[in-house]
Amino acid sequence: MSDPQITPELIAAHGLKPDEYQRILGIIGREPTFTELGIFSAMWNEHCSYKSSKKWLRTLPTSGPQVICGPGENAGVVDIGDGQAVIFKMESHNHPSYIEPHQGAATGVGGILRDVFTMGARPIAAMNALSFGVPSHPKTAHLVKGVVEGIGSYGNAFGVPTVGGEVRFHKAYNGNCLVNAFAAGLADTDAIFYSAASGVGMPVVYLGAKTGRDGVGGATMASAEFDDTIEEKRPTVQVGDPFTEKRLLEACLELMASGAVISIQDMGAAGLTCSAVEMGDKGGLGIRLDLENVPQRETNMTAYEMMLSESQERMLMVLKPEMEAEARAIFVKWDLDFAIVGETIPEDRFLIVHNGDIKADIQLSKLSSSAPEYDRPWVETPRAAPLAEVPLIDPIDGLHALITSPSYAHKAWVYEQYDSMVMADTVRAPGLGAGVVRVHGTGKALAFTSDVTPRYVKANPFEGGKQAVAEAYRNLTAVGALPLATTDNLNFGNPEKPEIMGQFVGAIKGIGEAVAALDMPIVSGNVSLYNETDGTAILPTPTIGAVGLLASLDDLIAGLPQHGDMAFVIGATEGHLGQSALLAELLGREDGDAPHVDLAAEKQNGEFLRANRKLVRAATDLADGGLALAAFEMADGADLGLTLAPTDIGHLFGEDQARYLVAVSQTDAPALVNAAQAAGVTLEHVGSFGGDTVTLGEASAPLSALSDIYRGAFAKAVA
Amino acid sequence: MKAAVITFPGSNCDRDLAVAFEAVGAEVVHVWHKDTDLPKVDVVGIPGGFSFGDYLRCGAIAARSPIAPALAAHVERGGYALGICNGFQILTETGLLPGALMRNTGLKYICKQVKLRVETSDSVFTSGYGKGSVVTVPIAHHDGNYTADAETLAALRDQDRIAFTYAENPNGAMEDIAGILSANRRVLGMMPHPERAMDPVLGSGDGRVMFEGLLGRMALA
Repeated sequence: MSDPQITPELIAAHGLKPDEYQRILGIIGREPTFTELGIFSAMWNEHCSYKSSKKWLRTLPTSGPQVICGPGENAGVVDIGDGQAVIFKMESHNHPSYIEPHQGAATGVGGILRDVFTMGARPIAAMNALSFGVPSHPKTAHLVKGVVEGIGSYGNAFGVPTVGGEVRFHKAYNGNCLVNAFAAGLADTDAIFYSAASGVGMPVVYLGAKTGRDGVGGATMASAEFDDTIEEKRPTVQVGDPFTEKRLLEACLELMASGAVISIQDMGAAGLTCSAVEMGDKGGLGIRLDLENVPQRETNMTAYEMMLSESQERMLMVLKPEMEAEARAIFVKWDLDFAIVGETIPEDRFLIVHNGDIKADIQLSKLSSSAPEYDRPWVETPRAAPLAEVPLIDPIDGLHALITSPSYAHKAWVYEQYDSMVMADTVRAPGLGAGVVRVHGTGKALAFTSDVTPRYVKANPFEGGKQAVAEAYRNLTAVGALPLATTDNLNFGNPEKPEIMGQFVGAIKGIGEAVAALDMPIVSGNVSLYNETDGTAILPTPTIGAVGLLASLDDLIAGLPQHGDMAFVIGATEGHLGQSALLAELLGREDGDAPHVDLAAEKQNGEFLRANRKLVRAATDLADGGLALAAFEMADGADLGLTLAPTDIGHLFGEDQARYLVAVSQTDAPALVNAAQAAGVTLEHVGSFGGDTVTLGEASAPLSALSDIYRGAFAKAVA
Repeated sequence: MKAAVITFPGSNCDRDLAVAFEAVGAEVVHVWHKDTDLPKVDVVGIPGGFSFGDYLRCGAIAARSPIAPALAAHVERGGYALGICNGFQILTETGLLPGALMRNTGLKYICKQVKLRVETSDSVFTSGYGKGSVVTVPIAHHDGNYTADAETLAALRDQDRIAFTYAENPNGAMEDIAGILSANRRVLGMMPHPERAMDPVLGSGDGRVMFEGLLGRMALA
């Protein structure tokens, strides 16, 4: 079979712009082969090259005494003391999930788990942040069911507890759902594995599942907008096999413990191409691959297909040659493929040979160092118009509107489909705030949260970016954890549109300012652009995944309020209703500015809560839905009534930042009040827990009726 | 007490089960599914997980793996065995326990804490609980819908071999069955995960009683 001619149409079909093709000609000094065109297309698409975002990502704070390895490796590495590290990252699988929700979401989970165990860490926690279109949209229920089932099928079989996440619905996601998967693993700081190859003539070994034609061109697909030809893209979605991934995990960890690994890299987007180039580039070496040695699932595969396949559950490793027999035995034990497919070479070449024919011969370093980088034009998002007048609202009607909305309803329908307890270390299961798992065999624990309020980011990218970080900080703090570090999963529309690029720039600036102020540097992340369908962009959604440390389980705040407990708000309330959940859900209004985030107050109030955790029975951060929704959730969880004194809608549902709701026993309340006075922190007594009625100001309703609605609304919405 | 925990390639609760045995003072030996011999142990644990990806039928391939004959021999000799979740499915697929675990009636995977009623205290596994007591133990499965023919169900009832029932049936299991005993009362298969209920900080410490009971009886033996 001969390769196709290189035509302008073929170049365009690879997502390469004419000037990018000229750059390729400049690098290789001749017309590329078909395989070379595919390799450039895979390396230079937005998904792999970050060509539109790099300039701005560089501005993010990524270092700190706790950071062992920041962005650039498969995942970020953060010190948790005692010679241990937490290794984590969040990554999107948006486009595949919209095309084929079950497999798209499943392989998203598989990909992020591999990113973590490639570095030598055993995954100990997963989360996922999901954004869907409105429930009434014909695709939504199908997508929700498929995505949740796909996440569950992969994570449950693999054996990682899913301990948190978010699910939201908004019309802006009707044509483009978001599936952001997070994973964290645990490793010893002296046993972390990186991707840089070293040594000439070292064998390059292929590990794991066989290569098929699935996912050929997936990364290019993920870098394009959708239109009505989307159904044709279904074959570019990969198929996941968690059983193979589980074996790959165990085999890789055994292999790493054996001392045979020089460097290792998982095959994710653009599979063999990206992983081989990465290992060579980081090590300043060339790589030669002999493709006839690649384990193949299908017959007559071409070099082009093998280089671009995104078949799952595969790894590439540079092996210490003297340890080949031991290494091979481990893979035989786990019934996985182990094949030497190439070697490191001294020259700067990426040499691809198939049955003796040279299919590609490119200066390896140029594939990344000469990749295009754009300073895309951007315009600052205009200041939001002031909030229009808010009509009189009965607080119970307001609460009712929130708890009937699937975005704010109880999420058991989702998280009960995920195994949240495997590994038997989950001390705070999903449901309310951050998830917490013990660091196995120690007295320590790690807390995980994922947050963003896309309405805020749209109205005010800078404040919205800050808010996503601040909310993550608060969620970790509310379980008693010290926030350590952050991963960002930046989902935006088409960066070639200046207003979208402006959202991106604004959000990055806000995130950067917040992670600096709150000392939770960005250690890993992922950018997903072109989330548009027929020209309509999603809400800008920079998902923040964050990790916190509990030095001792004694620091954990995981209690429920008890009858007679007093409810206090830490932090000042002004009643900010712009872009609030209340107005969006009750009145369909998304107007006004996002709330301002005072980072100094965030830090002060967070430190106050951590310092006084012993006086607090239960705690939660206040986010969208404000005091009324947070207090209701706490009351519902404890099956206890609630009385909130404020009558003002802004006071009850306002979304001012830097606030927490805490339940405090009457005995401990005076001490907390004194501590707040001493610290100069605003502490407001807002009500109490007890009885079987929810009273908000002057309105009330039976708790059981509200709980029934709250707990049934999600299933109803996606039925 | 000495316990063996069998690891199949897709087992993912093998560590948790070993930790639970060790927590009550047992010595644990890990056994690989390709082994053909079991060391001399008091009890064999068959852990939860997806032994072979749950492809074909849950537990069906594991029941035919090289270690299976040794497990059967251990049970035939009167040895104790505890199969949890996928381990229960494997015990039914090997025929060491009767019946089958079908897909949950809701067709969804379910993970949550559930209340179990202890139906018999006449076994080393349940003697610590007292008949009729209610305990909290989590479930995490897609195929936990216990199904058997009328004759088998009658025998289980008549011989007092139903160990646990669900207080609120989550999966459609016949007669709310969550766990059953073998005729000699030395093999327990159950869908809920007592090894995940070893400490109140995990949401429940009720599983510990089972492991302590097992250890106590073994210490006497």
